[in-house]
Amino acid sequence: MPQPAKGARLGGSAAHEKLLLANLAKSLFEHGRITTTEAKARRLRPVAERLITKAKKGDIHNRRQVLQTITDKSVVHTLFTEIGPRYENRPGGYTRITKLGPRRGDNAPMAVIELVEALTVQQSAVGEAEAATKRSAKDAAGDEALADLKKDEAAPADAAAEAEESDEAKDA
Amino acid sequence: MAVPKRKMSRSNTRHRRSQWKAAPVSLVACERCHEPKLQHIACPNCGTYNRRQVLDV
Repeated sequence: MPQPAKGARLGGSAAHEKLLLANLAKSLFEHGRITTTEAKARRLRPVAERLITKAKKGDIHNRRQVLQTITDKSVVHTLFTEIGPRYENRPGGYTRITKLGPRRGDNAPMAVIELVEALTVQQSAVGEAEAATKRSAKDAAGDEALADLKKDEAAPADAAAEAEESDEAKDA
Repeated sequence: MAVPKRKMSRSNTRHRRSQWKAAPVSLVACERCHEPKLQHIACPNCGTYNRRQVLDV
């Protein structure tokens, strides 16, 4: 079951935070990059990435779920037609937060949150290769473990058989 | 309620206040323009972070 977030909400109440994050997500998808405080950027990141994951699936059910958060249909349209397909082969991590330092006036730490570029062909190939080596390493480790297990099982069985044989010899 | 019995001397006040010091911020040189900047933060001079342009200058 999802645990409710502890601590203070942005803006004061849960409803205010929900609206604030929805508006930030809308602006992010509209402009591609927004400058905000670091705290807001950090809270926005999971919200926005979940919406992009829904946009990648692209069916009507997911579109309606996104519309519950972002009510602007034109923004949802760009999200589903441009932003979602752009991240077709990127497994998460669609946004980047870069810190900008304290703001004049209230010294609040500021940050830029932006949608990252689509993976190039080379990058996705490298990612797949890394995944493949990881998989094969895992498989090899599994095979070794299995072989060890079999060896262990075989050794006691042999010992038991020998013991039986020697017992028979004594009886005779 | 507890209250001070005596006026605090100027000397004591100034001794206490002599300990109010600002800590120097630790700065590093920007990779690109070599200006001093805060660590882990985009350079305010050239607007880059990790050699990537983040800010319009």
